[in-house]
Amino acid sequence: MNSYSDAFAWLVDPQHWSGPTGIPVRLVEHLGYTGLTLVIALVIALPIGLYIGHTGRGREIVVPFTGALRALPTLGIVIVLALGLGIGLLPPLIALVILALPPIIAGAYSGLETVDREVVDAARSIGFTGSGVLWRVEIPLALPLIVGGIRSACLQVIATWTVAAFLPLGGLGRFLYDALPNQDYAQLLAGSILVIVLALLADGLFALVQRLVTPRGVIAGRTADIRTKTQSPIRKDSSWLAPEEG
Amino acid sequence: MSWLVANWGQVSSYGLAHLWLSLPPIVIGFVLSIPLGWVANRYRLSRGVLLTIGGILYAVPSLPLFALLPSLIGTRILDPINVEIALTLYALALMLRTTADGLGAVSGDVKLSASAIGYGAWRRFFEVELPLAGPVLLAGVRVVSVSTVSLVTVGSVIGVNSLGFFFLDGYQRAFPTEVWVGILGTVLIALVLDVLLVLLGRALMPWARGRRPGRAARLAAAEAVSAS
Repeated sequence: MNSYSDAFAWLVDPQHWSGPTGIPVRLVEHLGYTGLTLVIALVIALPIGLYIGHTGRGREIVVPFTGALRALPTLGIVIVLALGLGIGLLPPLIALVILALPPIIAGAYSGLETVDREVVDAARSIGFTGSGVLWRVEIPLALPLIVGGIRSACLQVIATWTVAAFLPLGGLGRFLYDALPNQDYAQLLAGSILVIVLALLADGLFALVQRLVTPRGVIAGRTADIRTKTQSPIRKDSSWLAPEEG
Repeated sequence: MSWLVANWGQVSSYGLAHLWLSLPPIVIGFVLSIPLGWVANRYRLSRGVLLTIGGILYAVPSLPLFALLPSLIGTRILDPINVEIALTLYALALMLRTTADGLGAVSGDVKLSASAIGYGAWRRFFEVELPLAGPVLLAGVRVVSVSTVSLVTVGSVIGVNSLGFFFLDGYQRAFPTEVWVGILGTVLIALVLDVLLVLLGRALMPWARGRRPGRAARLAAAEAVSAS
C-alpha cells in the first residue's frame, strides 16, 4: 500500500537517522525514560509484593489499591502532574512510576501465592528459616510470574512514554505528536512502527527471560499435569466430597 | 465545581460517548473469547498459536495501533472504528488467555460425569464447563472492562473524543480542574461498570458467592492479573 511505502521511505531516509531529533536519539531517550521508570518502580514495588506474598499480610490494603490504580487513565495522570509540577521529566516520571507499580506488585504476590503450601511446609520442616523459605523456595518458584509482572509493567511504560510525549518531551512518541498537526502520515506511520517494534522486542526479551528463570522441576510438573491430569489416589477419593476441585 | 456545573452539558455528552466507546470492545471481546478460548484449550498446538498471537497483540502500544489501523484496514484516520477495533483486539487478547485457563481449570472428573449422565458435547460445554469457568471469566471481564474504559481516553489524541478530551483541552488551557473532571469521570465509569459486572455475576452464578476458588482457578486468575 502507498502509505506503507511512504512510511518505509521515511524510515530509510538518512536525514531521519542523525541529529538531535533523529531516530537513534529518540530511541535512546525512550529507552532511558523506560529504564529509569522501571528501576524506580522495581525498588518500590518488589519489596511490597514479596512482603505480601510471603507473610500474607497487607493484602486487604494493597490489592484493592492496586486495582484502583489500574482504573486511572494514564494520560490524565501525566497531564495533571505536569500542570501541578511544571515542565520537565519529573512529572511524567512520577506518573509512570505510579502506573508501573500495580503489575509488579501483583506479579510478586500472586507469584508467591501460587507456590504450593505443601512445598513451603516441607521446606520449613527440613529446617529452612523464614528468609530461607523466601529466597531459596518461594522466589525461585515464583520467578516466572514475578518476571511476568515486570514484563507487563515494561510494556505499559513503553506505551505510556509514547502517549506522554504529548508534553514537551523526547522519546519515540515525539514522531507521532509532531506528525499529527501537520497530517504527516508517513511520519505518523513510521513512528508508530518504531514504537511497536520496540515494544515487541522488549516483550520477546522478557518472554525469553521468563523461560530461562522457570525452574526445571516446574516445567516437568506442568507437562505431566496437562497430559494425564494425574492425581494421588487419596485425592481422587476425596473428590467425591468436593467435586469441583478442593 | 462551578466549572463542572457550567459545562455539565459537555461533560455528560462526552461521558456518554465514553461509555458507548467502551461497551462494544468489552462485549465483543468477551463473546469472541469463548469459541477461541475453547479452541485454545482443546488442542496444545492451537493453544500455543492463539495465546502467542494474543500475547503479541497485547504488547502493541495503543496510540501507535490507533495510528496504524487506518492504513492497515483502509479506514479514515479520524474514524472511531479504529479505536473500537484496537480496543476489541486488546480485550480479546486479554480475555482469550483467561477463558482458555478458566475452561482448562474445570475438573476432568466433572466433565466425564456430565458425559456419563448423557450430556452431549454442546450441552456439556454450555451447561457444565462454561458455568464452572464463570468465576474466572468474570475476573477476566472485570480486568478488561477497567482497562478498556481507561484506554478509550487515549483515542482523544487522534480526535476520537471521550472524557479524554478534557485532558488535552485542560492541558492547553493550563486548567487542572478540567483534567480532574476527566480523570474522575473515567474512574466513575470504570467503577459503575465493575459494580454492574459483579452484580451480573451474582445473578448468573449464585453458587459462586463466598466460595474460595480452586487452586487451578486461582492460578489462572493470577496469570490473568499479571498479564494485564
